[in-house]
Amino acid sequence: MPALALHQLRTRHIGPVDLDVAAGECVCIRGASGSGKSLLLRAIADLDPHAGEALLDGRACSSMPGPAWRRRVALVMAEGQWWADTVGEHFPAGCTPAWLDRVGLPAGALDWQVARCSTGERQRLALLRTLMQGPAVLLLDEPTGNLDEDSTARVEAVLDDYRREHAAALLWVSHDPRQAARVARRRFLLEDGKLVEEEEGGKAAADKGKAAGADRPPDTEGAAW
Amino acid sequence: MVMELSVLDLALAALLILALAGLSLRLGLGIEQRLVVAAARTTIQLLLIGLVLKLLFDNAHFLWVAAMAAVMITAAGREVMARQKRRFVGWWGFGLGTLSMFVSSFTVSVLALLVVIGNTPWYAPQYAIPLLGMVLGNTMNGIALGLDRLTQEASARRMVLETRLALGQNWNETIADTRREAIRVGMIPIINAMAAAGIVSLPGMMTGQILAGTAPVEAVKYQILVMFLIAGGTGFGTVVAVSLGARRLFDERQRLRLDRLRTGAD
Repeated sequence: MPALALHQLRTRHIGPVDLDVAAGECVCIRGASGSGKSLLLRAIADLDPHAGEALLDGRACSSMPGPAWRRRVALVMAEGQWWADTVGEHFPAGCTPAWLDRVGLPAGALDWQVARCSTGERQRLALLRTLMQGPAVLLLDEPTGNLDEDSTARVEAVLDDYRREHAAALLWVSHDPRQAARVARRRFLLEDGKLVEEEEGGKAAADKGKAAGADRPPDTEGAAW
Repeated sequence: MVMELSVLDLALAALLILALAGLSLRLGLGIEQRLVVAAARTTIQLLLIGLVLKLLFDNAHFLWVAAMAAVMITAAGREVMARQKRRFVGWWGFGLGTLSMFVSSFTVSVLALLVVIGNTPWYAPQYAIPLLGMVLGNTMNGIALGLDRLTQEASARRMVLETRLALGQNWNETIADTRREAIRVGMIPIINAMAAAGIVSLPGMMTGQILAGTAPVEAVKYQILVMFLIAGGTGFGTVVAVSLGARRLFDERQRLRLDRLRTGAD
């Protein structure tokens, strides 16, 4: 059963979009600046008004309160913000040193002043902040946008582990085609508000996302492509 | 007992304005026209309200007093809206401030008239209209300041609010800090006014009563009453307006809806 399903999802600028992301699958979306990648993620997280429906394991977004949906289908913004002074105040359930270590941060990071963290540290902490809530779907908007190569590799590994351990569905927006190829087997281009699936050679085919998603189980390394 | 003012007395005072206008002309300040127009407006508006009040006092009918109160509240509601840099679109822009002022100023004034002053009839315009006017004027300030801070902060901190929503917080948790700050901003002027009263400033109402020949201690008692009414009206009015406004910033799906605000014309 697919974890995340989008049926005719559309906003003023994008869609209609149909897409299934199976539990434990990572799907990547690329597109030019301003093509609406972030808007699409925002609509899925129900942060913007939209038509159509998003479903989590068959349960419609509109059938549960907004906050409950957003805890399960969590958007990690490209520039997540901070409202309290210390990092730890943004982790109501805390964060284990093991998790901090996995993204290359020391155990004392929770005591840091947010204002003194670097952009890259904040980006990793913002990701952890969301992971600690254990969402079923992660909507990732350039999750390694401000990171160097080493940190990027760590974050990719952490997200891969999280996907496997929690059978989480990942929808990953990235501008980097090499990263897209590393993290996702199904990749889409967002053009003129429509999702177009990219094939192995980089050639784009028509949007077959829905049909393709249903018969491609997440963890079988397909020889077909 | 009151020294009545003649037209000549007022004309003498008006010379001050003319002198000031002349100075503005000489120094090239460019405000002489606005100064004269404002002085003329003060004269005409106050004379008109004097006539209206005279009519009202002569015909102390409940309906007339109520009509006057309604006009005052509507005007104050417009003023609150006009002072917002970002206003709510549609009826909310006008209705939010007006409703909150109705709830607070009206309740506080009626309560004071019925319970504290206890005149018969309780709506005697000589008490009701000045009291409502003073409470309304200050409540209007508090609500305008509070709402302005709320909408400005929500717009400026949009990314923070949306990050919190994306983390699954509900609208109430998300806006709590901003709302608290906005209510505080709305209430601080009246708190400051109470703290400074009598030491730094002699409040206008009391001064007026003393000028008109009331014994100072009697005037002071009324001033204390009015201060408390104003504080009550401002405080509750600001809480109501800012809370309703904060709710209105989010829709039924608990999304932040800044498209419900528009930038004021000026």
